[in-house]
Amino acid sequence: MKTETRHEHFEPPSLLGTILRKLHIDIPLFIGLLLASLLSFVILYSAGSQDMDILIRQGERVGLAFLLMTIIAHIDPYQFKRYSTLLFGLGVLLLIAVLIMGQIGKGAQRWLEFGILRFQPSEMIKLTTPMMIAWYLAEQPMPPKPKQLAIAVLLIAVPTLLIAKQPDLGTALLVVSSGAGVLFFAGLSWLFIAAIIAICSALTPILWHFMHDYQRDRVLTFLNPEADPLGRGYHIIQSKIAIGSGGIYGKGWLGSTQSEFDFLPESSTDFIFAVFAEEFGLFGGLSLLTLYLLIIARCLYIASQAQDSYSRLLASSLSFTFFVYVFVNIGMVIGILPVVGVPLPLISYGGTSIVTLLSGFGILMSIHTHKKFR
Amino acid sequence: MYTIKDLSVENRIFINRIVAAFCVITVLTSGLIIRLIYLQIVGHEHYSLLAKDNSVKIVPLVPTRGMIYDRHGKVLAENTPSYSLELIPEQISNMDETLLRLQTLLDIPTDKIELFQKLRKRQKRFVSTPLLLSMNDEELAKFAVSRPYFPGVDIHTRLVRHYPYSDLAAHVIGYVSRINEAELKDLPISEYRGSTHIGKLGIESSYEIDLHGKTGYAEIETNVQARLLNTLNEVNPDPGADLYLSLDIDLQKTAYNALTGFNGAVVAIDIKTGGVLVFVSRPGFDPNPFVVGIANDAYQALQTSENQPLYNRALRGLYPPGSTIKPFIALAGLEFEAINPQQRLNCPGYYQLPGVDHQYRDWKKGGHGSVDLNQAITESCDVYFYRLASMLGIDHMHSFLQQFGFGEKTGIDLIGEKTGLLPSREWKLAQKKQSWYPGETLITGIGQGYLQVTPLQLARATATLANQGHVVTPFLVDKIVRAHETSPGPEIYQETITLKQENVNTVIDGMINVVHSSRGTAKGINTHINYQIAGKTGTAQVLGIKQNAKYNENSIDFKFRDHALFISFAPANDPKIAIAVIVENGGHGGSVAAPIAGQVIKQYLKESP
Repeated sequence: MKTETRHEHFEPPSLLGTILRKLHIDIPLFIGLLLASLLSFVILYSAGSQDMDILIRQGERVGLAFLLMTIIAHIDPYQFKRYSTLLFGLGVLLLIAVLIMGQIGKGAQRWLEFGILRFQPSEMIKLTTPMMIAWYLAEQPMPPKPKQLAIAVLLIAVPTLLIAKQPDLGTALLVVSSGAGVLFFAGLSWLFIAAIIAICSALTPILWHFMHDYQRDRVLTFLNPEADPLGRGYHIIQSKIAIGSGGIYGKGWLGSTQSEFDFLPESSTDFIFAVFAEEFGLFGGLSLLTLYLLIIARCLYIASQAQDSYSRLLASSLSFTFFVYVFVNIGMVIGILPVVGVPLPLISYGGTSIVTLLSGFGILMSIHTHKKFR
Repeated sequence: MYTIKDLSVENRIFINRIVAAFCVITVLTSGLIIRLIYLQIVGHEHYSLLAKDNSVKIVPLVPTRGMIYDRHGKVLAENTPSYSLELIPEQISNMDETLLRLQTLLDIPTDKIELFQKLRKRQKRFVSTPLLLSMNDEELAKFAVSRPYFPGVDIHTRLVRHYPYSDLAAHVIGYVSRINEAELKDLPISEYRGSTHIGKLGIESSYEIDLHGKTGYAEIETNVQARLLNTLNEVNPDPGADLYLSLDIDLQKTAYNALTGFNGAVVAIDIKTGGVLVFVSRPGFDPNPFVVGIANDAYQALQTSENQPLYNRALRGLYPPGSTIKPFIALAGLEFEAINPQQRLNCPGYYQLPGVDHQYRDWKKGGHGSVDLNQAITESCDVYFYRLASMLGIDHMHSFLQQFGFGEKTGIDLIGEKTGLLPSREWKLAQKKQSWYPGETLITGIGQGYLQVTPLQLARATATLANQGHVVTPFLVDKIVRAHETSPGPEIYQETITLKQENVNTVIDGMINVVHSSRGTAKGINTHINYQIAGKTGTAQVLGIKQNAKYNENSIDFKFRDHALFISFAPANDPKIAIAVIVENGGHGGSVAAPIAGQVIKQYLKESP
């Protein structure tokens, strides 16, 4: 496995420095990501009923993701800026293609098939949307004026609506937050931010009208899970039982009774935090949150040190989106947010999300290691 | 326009925002932490109790599926007790070893084991999961002896769906079968948590929600071995509704048996209500094996059989109507005043369009001589209808036939109905990118060419004609009977085609002569009755016959022989039943299809005069 061989290279520090510089890797961030990935294996082993196949498949994906991160870290950030519009346009076209294919195949479809390769355009758009908005705003004087705000909102709305139509509410949410993040860091006036929040709350009833039945059910279930204990409320009730029964110190590794007896559905994917909190308790939960905060802090530091507008907008937005991932997932598992399909970043099993996530960190590393002047 | 960027201002804003973002992140994370503390410290005791060994489990209570009866209350689908071998995974320490021992003891085929493994994965570990359904006496005895050696394995009595009439009405009633992965995704999870079967075809499928009922649940207290300690709360299931069909299973049997030796379809409709009395598609198939899980090779045999027993011919079979379309064309001629009924026409045995060499032939060599409208229907003179079609034109024919429901679904309460094809200029331009040719109008007039109908459409159009233009909408479910209320079947939309009664009666007179005149094409069925039957025979070409070639029934392969058709209703003066019969490769409508209709009509009118 890729990750482990790299881990061994940590032994001689003088050599390490040279290698990492050549690799364009940011050491603190890399260590944080590596720790989270290793933790992922530990939890998956328990949550997946000690199934080695799951670990091997996850290992392949994590290896691929780290490789991709390293490759992206090598690319000069100038190139990201140069190709931002092109990549964004391509992403939108692919989303439309998915929608058309889905219509032909009847039913929800999120990926395109290229021979053996399965490609999910909505993953790509998670990165290209902030790139596009950063590219657009970096050219203008900041903070953004109403006209720029309007154009940026339009640019975010197109991919978001296409994804929401798939329908994939979780991803749509992440795309919105990555685009909105750029606007926030570009210095969008607080007045506008307040206005947007007000408008959004006013639009909620309209949005409700356009939601799929199952999406409405999720919101209703979130508001009152006990109403449907056999059906949709089941996830939330069971995950609260798992977390609560974990207590301060947890039941110990492999000690989860709730996932063991299949009470907890999706225990390896979206609800993995429940298993983690059951086995490692409040203590473990706080440790994991601390690890996430450290990663985010490092990312924000990288953003603050970036030397041009495009880089700092992109870097800060990616950092913020990573936090949104964490917050939305844990929030839904502990029952303070509705259940939308967002995995726990770096920990959840499967999905192409880990590849996208680490690609984003690759961009951050590239920004940090390609400085023109010191 | 280019504005100069103020870098120091931008820097300041940006750093401010980074700080702001970090504050937001800290606040939100604190929210998460507070909630975790609430769950894991404050709520710890409460949740531990719930998670503990002596815990409350919620088990589904599955409703019994509704029965299906025919119009006289005969049972078409019932639930019979059946013994099944079931395993509770939670109580079995070594599943693989247990399965292996069971396999040797009872000689269980491997595919059943695989099915069980699949089933087990999507259920809770404490739910009893069936391995063998409908065990026979020998298996029961063998297991009873070794039972102590199999903890967690038990014999259960389950209700299994049974269809006493087997292949007779399989296409109408349909069947239930194990829920598959794809269906599971679309089903309401809570409603089907305990259900193993779902309707897959026919009434079982189109009335699934009514038949299934509403799942209840019980909150039970259990110990480590998942043994029931105490039931805390119970919400009883609502049993599924019983369905009463308009179908007459004895009449169905008569029609089915009358078709012996052929593939084909018979549909009979109660004209007064639209209730479907007979809905036969032959060959049929036995739906019972599907309930317990049909063996792979048996299913393959059904699927690959040349006779296509799984194919619902009555609902989905597309046939050219042949001469059975003629009464409708004749009525169109009268309604559009293209002809009057006394007008006579010489039939030399062929028809030619002006300036074209091609001869459109009559089925009778040498022709019918001088015929009026009544005789043209009675003797099924093709030349008369070529000429009438040519006078009407395709546009009039299309709009008129459409009113009788050709080219559109009848709206029957079964899933999968075909629309058939009623050609028009617009259709041909859109589909074939060609304009409409006059010759195509002629052959449409005798029910050949592009025109395609389902047996159900044909029966419905016949019923509508017999009903003086009051459109009949066929349905199968007459009554839905629940515990506290009875509701009628599907809502019927009533429409009426504006027709002159004398025109309709003129056409019906021709159809009466088809059966009762000495020259009628179906005169063989007019015996032993004290009422009149109106009908029309039809023969639909399967094979195109070349201009100068001669069609010889005996010299060609059976599967290329013509389809025999017959539409009919009776009594002619007060119509009660309308029927359409299609006999694939049956040859002549008069000799093969008409007697089948005759049998059904006579039996029905004898029982309910």
